[in-house]
Amino acid sequence: MIVEEIMNEEPYTLAPTNTVFEALKLMREKKVRHLPVIDEERHVLGVITERDIKEALPSSLRDEPNSPVFNAKVEEIMVKNPLVGHPLDFVEEVALTFYESKVGCLPIVSGGKLVGIVTTTDLLYTYIELTGATEPGSKIEIRVSDTPGILFEITKVFNKHHANVQSVLVYPDSENTQNKILSVRVKTLNPLAMIKDLRKEGFDVLWPNLPGVSLQ
Amino acid sequence: MKKAVFVYSPEQLGYKFSDTHPFNHKRLTLTMDLLKNIEALDDLDIVPARVATEEELLLAHDPKYIDIVKRAGHGELSEAQCESYGIGTEDTPIFENMHEASAQLVGGTLTAVDYVMEGKVEHALNLGGGLHHGFRGRASGFCIYNDSTVAIRYLQEKYNARVLYVDTDAHHGDGVQWSFYEDPDVCTLSIHETGRYLFPGTGNITERGNGQGYGTSFNFPIDAFTEDESFLEIYEKSMREVFEFFKPDVVLTQNGADAHYFDPLTHLYGTMNIYREIPKLAHKLAHEYCGGKWIAVGGGGYDIWRVVPRAWSMLWLEMTDQQLPTGPLPQAWLDRWQPEAPVPFIPTWEDPNPLYEPIPRKAEIEEKNTQMLAKALHIIRNEKRA
Repeated sequence: MIVEEIMNEEPYTLAPTNTVFEALKLMREKKVRHLPVIDEERHVLGVITERDIKEALPSSLRDEPNSPVFNAKVEEIMVKNPLVGHPLDFVEEVALTFYESKVGCLPIVSGGKLVGIVTTTDLLYTYIELTGATEPGSKIEIRVSDTPGILFEITKVFNKHHANVQSVLVYPDSENTQNKILSVRVKTLNPLAMIKDLRKEGFDVLWPNLPGVSLQ
Repeated sequence: MKKAVFVYSPEQLGYKFSDTHPFNHKRLTLTMDLLKNIEALDDLDIVPARVATEEELLLAHDPKYIDIVKRAGHGELSEAQCESYGIGTEDTPIFENMHEASAQLVGGTLTAVDYVMEGKVEHALNLGGGLHHGFRGRASGFCIYNDSTVAIRYLQEKYNARVLYVDTDAHHGDGVQWSFYEDPDVCTLSIHETGRYLFPGTGNITERGNGQGYGTSFNFPIDAFTEDESFLEIYEKSMREVFEFFKPDVVLTQNGADAHYFDPLTHLYGTMNIYREIPKLAHKLAHEYCGGKWIAVGGGGYDIWRVVPRAWSMLWLEMTDQQLPTGPLPQAWLDRWQPEAPVPFIPTWEDPNPLYEPIPRKAEIEEKNTQMLAKALHIIRNEKRA
């Protein structure tokens, strides 16, 4: 998946001459925490975040309702030359950038101009969708050996049952590095027959796996 | 006034996918026979289920979908042609006359509604209903038409009623919830095993309704391995607070019996105890808030031998103010059905104690459920304080 598919294509923006007060007002009204600052040709000059503003303002515990900071221009406190992304960046690359650079948003730039913005919230929602949790389905977890072709063997069973697989996640087995855990969401209320067949094929089905209840 | 009617027609048994499918309405026969054996159900209590008209089905379903269901059930369509409508899948296979059988289940719930709303009885039960996964244009999770959605729209249009829908099936009542997600005059309350593992995957506490209907959807996703005490704590607190908040004219309860330890499709550790308590509180609150107007339907329940007949009998007994039985089940009933059953019956109304090995993380599971309850009810507790 590429950034273009998840980015917000109409981000709220500011001009460098807007005031801090205007920035704060826009953030509160639109419920956003990051605003790209651009010039008339939509070149990205900087980014201003809610946190930048909070750091610039005096403590809210002090009685200074008319702090001069409110009237300062955003260009004075914005992050200049911020990290930017491209519409063709992979989503996982962006996730890594967020994690490593400790930033909460990336303005997306193409042809030198701002075309969108991606935030950690957008990435989080993409993750939720990746797990398949937004469609009716049952979850099955299987421990498999970390060998080529194993996914094919598993999906053969789902194919036999004409079952629609909504998502597959593969993650390492914390107990044994020779194994992987497959977490599969299948569009069915009754996964029993599939589980039975998976077991018959010798797979270790971890969930559902209930002490005392036989799955017949 | 007569206390209650038991809605049933033998045609309801026509809702049958196959001999091996987990959804099996033989459980209706088993339940009725058990009730008759203890002389708790008289032929005079039983009223036939009518068939829902097409106009009534349209209250909740797309005309195109109804047409597909009809044609599929008359052998005019292949599985592939129906697949995008959720039919012809392993969960909801095509069977003969599926439209007619499904309309009969919906009609049963409408019969129950009319009996209660016309004041002929205080309560009515249609165990054939409770097909809460059915969507507007798609079958899902063994459910073709959604009788509760049709019945609630019917209650709104014909009787101008404010309806509270309570769903204690182990699976989330998604179909009904989405039907009324933006409607401030219908409140849905569902207690279910968390969707992290279980079908349909929805029913998070954050699903609270939308637009005008924001704050009238309540979800209480409980953890796998939840046992009686924690289940009942969630049930009792959520019911009281939601009744008090919403003040319904009538309550419709969906009584799936699949939260039991024996149920093969879920992972909750309920015993027969919860099925004694669930109808008691619904009954009490229906009298406190709705002048007694209580309609109850069935739902899930996939251990049809050991669990469903006992659980659903409790529901009818409570509805009709009969004492809930204890001790041995009638021998005649056990003798009649044991030869057919693939598992040995539990010979008493109660489950053996203990029914299963102790759950290692009991305290943590209970703590987590209690936290979930507080979060899910935060919205109304907050309003009260304000």
